[in-house]
Parts: sequence; structure tokens; C-alpha cells
Amino acid sequence: MITEKTITDFIYREADLLDTMQWQAWLDLFHPEGRYWMPLEWQQQDPVLQPSLMYEDLLLLKVRVERLAGERTFSQKPKSRCHHLLQAPQIVACDPAAGMFKARTSYIYTETRGDVLERFSGWASHDFVQVGDGLKIKLKRVDLVNFDAPFGNIQLFM
Amino acid sequence: MDRYRNNAFAIDALVRDTEVHRDVYVDPEIFELEMEHLFPNSWIYIGHASQLAKPGDFITANIGRQPVLASRHTDGSIHAFYNRCPHKGVKIASEACGNTGKFFRCPYHAWSFKTDGSLLAIPLKKGYEGTGFGNAQANEGLSRIRNVVVHRDFIFAQLNDNGVSFEDYFGESLSTIDNMVDRSPEGKLAVVAAPIRYMHTCNWKMLVENQTDTCHPMVAHESSAGTAVKVWKREQSDSTETPMAVQLYGPFMSPYEFYEQSGIRIWPNGHGHTGVANSIHSNYSDIEGYLGQMVAAYGETRAHEILGEVRHNTVYFPNIMVKGAVQILRNFIPIAVDKTLVESWVYRLVGAPDKLYERALMYNRFINAPTSIVGHDDLEMYERAQEGLKSNGNQWVNLQRLYEAGEQADVTAVINGTSERQMRNQFHAWAKFMTLDMDKRVEAAE
Ligand code: FES
Ligand SMILES: [Fe+2]
Repeated sequence: MITEKTITDFIYREADLLDTMQWQAWLDLFHPEGRYWMPLEWQQQDPVLQPSLMYEDLLLLKVRVERLAGERTFSQKPKSRCHHLLQAPQIVACDPAAGMFKARTSYIYTETRGDVLERFSGWASHDFVQVGDGLKIKLKRVDLVNFDAPFGNIQLFM
Repeated sequence: MDRYRNNAFAIDALVRDTEVHRDVYVDPEIFELEMEHLFPNSWIYIGHASQLAKPGDFITANIGRQPVLASRHTDGSIHAFYNRCPHKGVKIASEACGNTGKFFRCPYHAWSFKTDGSLLAIPLKKGYEGTGFGNAQANEGLSRIRNVVVHRDFIFAQLNDNGVSFEDYFGESLSTIDNMVDRSPEGKLAVVAAPIRYMHTCNWKMLVENQTDTCHPMVAHESSAGTAVKVWKREQSDSTETPMAVQLYGPFMSPYEFYEQSGIRIWPNGHGHTGVANSIHSNYSDIEGYLGQMVAAYGETRAHEILGEVRHNTVYFPNIMVKGAVQILRNFIPIAVDKTLVESWVYRLVGAPDKLYERALMYNRFINAPTSIVGHDDLEMYERAQEGLKSNGNQWVNLQRLYEAGEQADVTAVINGTSERQMRNQFHAWAKFMTLDMDKRVEAAE
């Protein structure tokens, strides 16, 4: 039975997998049709015909993860690390009958590489599907408060 | 101590036939002189007319260090000004774009200006009676930029009133912009969204040079494009169609021979492009319905001619790159000697299927975004160059590849696609426009 706690635990575990760089376990959280989306507009509706910072399916996410460990991935020498500080997730929907599971989580994200440390703030919205007696990510949407600012490289996942 | 100010000779000496001195990338004084001379002497892209659709619409930009403003007047004409109030200098418009209504109103003391820049009203006008205000420069309203040319909706401005004319400056190179516009069945492009912005901690010229550097993709992008190809080969299983994403990433890994034979074309004044015979954009799959629309609009022959141009990167000296086949313009905006803001604009082909816009947006976020893995590869190299150039071991950057003795400057030519000649072409133009308005008598005195 999927409960609100199932959703909350999932979100904390996801952040933990990212912070501990367990990329493969992180990828396994996604449904095969899952997407990771970072909009470039305020309250953006369309990931395809409006510009986004990222809109990646599982194939593209795998490319990113595999690239992080690549022998010739020069932008990862030295390697980046990250840290998620999450507020308690807000459960937007938890309706097993309708198969609706959604949450929104406010966060502060830190990415560091070498001597440089960058901080970002935003909201992560999760849409889940039930698979067996667990959840998989159908959509992880990452809205930065300053999505329109000119950033340097953002190399890991928020 | 100024080493380069008022010294055209010293600036010219930074550019040799096959080398440039590291000061062009790392010296703050050179950067200041670029802002004061190179940018005002050049024709600079400030925006697209579709961003000024209605009267009162405005956009802001910078030319060198100078803030400028362009607006659509009530009669439909486009005007450009220095973005400062004639009273005490307050910036009139502070946002990237917007609509000001019937007039601009300065937020400080409410002087107001028509959208053609002329002075509309001053509160308590009586206070200026008998002061001779009629003869003051302030009475003219916003200071006008006289040299503004709108070429097929691309707005260019030149601050120096004694510079090279628009036609002489760009010449045949405008064919890339023309081709990009012609790719719309209605011959029209539209900006419908904000650009992707990406901050680079390196000199702006490193980005410009990289646009025609064809010896780096298969090396630097092995990590991104190479991994994409590898993962796709492994995961594709029985799928017969290559996803759009893989079509966009894949060609970056083309071998040297591919780039050699695809060719580079150079033009006078530092403009040039890669992808003459073919390019990394050559083999994208067709988008349903598009060719039919193009044939209906232009006829069979012309439609194929337009779509047959698959130019890769066209550099418009000094600081934009246009990519016709995916409707992208990258603006390399200098902030400091080691800081550059990149704005990547995508144009929508008016009347064409949505799928083309989707592909252009996808290309932009794959290649030009702070979240783009291909972009990470490039930026890492620029940052390392910015660091490495501090070394005194060798103060010259080598641009010798496929150099031929007696190479002509300011000519049109098609050459081997792995040549560094376009970079030499740019630096010839760099020295020319840096020193165009400098007193050259200093040289005689040396
Ligand atoms: S500074 Fe603009 S009205 Fe005074
Ligand atoms: Fe590159």
C-alpha cells in the first residue's frame, strides 16, 4: 500500500543517492518512460515547444551518468560533488485508486568542484507511477527560482 | 602603465601571420580598448525585429560597455538610442525587453520621450524658459544611434559614425542569415522565447574562435557526444529509428576527414563559416510536411537549393555565430577580460511544422546550455586556456594550421575544413577594427 510516507521516504532516498553519487541506483528509480525536466520559464507548461534547461529521457540520463565516470571527461577532473537540503515534501496527491502520486519539495542544492561552490534554490516536483508495490519516477521537474540567470556549468542532478 | 592605449603599432604587433600574443585574451587594458574601439567600430547585433512586434515594444543591449535601447515607434519604424536619460543619465529601460506604451518615462524626474526618442515633455517646463535649453543637447531627447540597419529583421547597429558601411562590412556573408530566413515557408523568423544564458569565465574571443575549430569535437566531445553514441549503440536493441537526440549528438564525433572535406569559407572583415560541402547538420531526418511546404512556397528548384545549404557555424565578426540549419544565434557578450555571457537564441520558422522548432530547442539545450554536457566540454577547455595563458614559457598562441605563405587578408575563399585560417582571418579583422579610429601617426614616430 502506497502511503504519504512511502512518497516522502522515496524523495529523501533519492536525494541521498544523488549526494552519495550512487548514480546507477538513482537511475533505477525512474520508470522506463520517465523524464527529468528543468524548465527555463516561470510556471512553464510545455517541455517540448518552450525552451528548457534540460528535458531528458532515460537514454539521455544514462549518457550523463556514464559520462561522469568517463576517462576523457575533462570537466570532471576534478570531480563535482553535490548536497541536497530538502524541506519536508508536500504531498500533492496520494490516491492509489486513481494511480495518482505527486509531491512538491522545496530545496537548496549545492554543487561544488575544485575550489568553486555554487548554490541553487528551487522546487522539485515528482510525479510517480506505481510499479509492483513500489513507486517509479514518471516525471521529476526541477524549477529553479532563478532559472533565467546565466549559470556556469551545472554538471550533476538537482 | 598603459602599454596599448594610443598605440596602434603595439596593438598591430599582437597579431602575427600565424600567431597571436596572449595579451589579446588576458590583458585588461586590451579588453578596455576592445570596448572603446573594436565594438563601436563594428556592426553589432542588438536583437530581432520580431521582439519589437508592436509600437512601444523595446529591447535593451550593450555595445561594448555602452547600454543601448531599440524601440518600435507608432509609425512602425525601428529606432535605436543610447540607453540613458538626457537629464542626469539614468538608464531609461532596465529590462531585457518590454512595452513602454506611448512613451518612455524616466523614473527619476519624469522627463518623457516619444518612442522615436524625441523629447515629449518635462514637468514644470517653465523652469527652463530663458535658460537657453533649446540649444542644449538634452533638448534633443534620447541620443540617437545613427547607424542602424535591419537586415531581414536582424537589427545591427554601429556606434562609430565614421566606420565601414553595413554593406561593406558584411558583404556576401549575409547569405547565411538570408538562408536561415528563407527556411521559413513564409520567409519570416520569430523570437517567441527568452534565450538560454550561460556564463563563461574566459575571454569572449575563445568562444568565437571555437566556432570554426573543427579539430576539437572528436577530442573534447568524446566525453559527451562519444558517450551518447556508445550508449545508444548498446541500448538501441531492435529499434530502427535513430532518436532525434542521437541524430543531434552523433555527428560531433565525425572523423577529421569529414571536417576536412566539409570545408570552411572565409569572407572579408573576419566573417566565415564551416560546413561548405556538408556539415554535422547534413543528415537529420526529414520532418513530415516541411519539404512540401517549402516546395509550395518557393518551387522545387529553389526549395532544394535553400535546404541544400547546411552551413555549420557562421561567425559574424566580432561576436555572434549563426547556425542556419537549426535556427540558432549565439551572442558572445563580453563582460570582462575573463568573463563572457553567452545568450543562445532560437528562432521559430514562421509557417513551418512545430517539429522544427522542437529540434532547434533540443539542439540549443544539448549544446549551448549550462546544463549541456557538450557545453561542459568546451567551457572546461576555455577555462583551462585562460589559466594556462598566464604561463610565461611561451607568450604566443599558435594558429598556423594549413598556413600558406603570402596568405591574403580580406578575401573570399573556400579552404580545407580543418584550417585555422578563419581564426587568422578574425585576428586580421580584430587588429583592423581595434585601430580603425586610432591615431596612426604614433606608428610613424616609433
Ligand atoms: S534623470 Fe531622467 S528625468 Fe532626471
Ligand atoms: Fe566544442
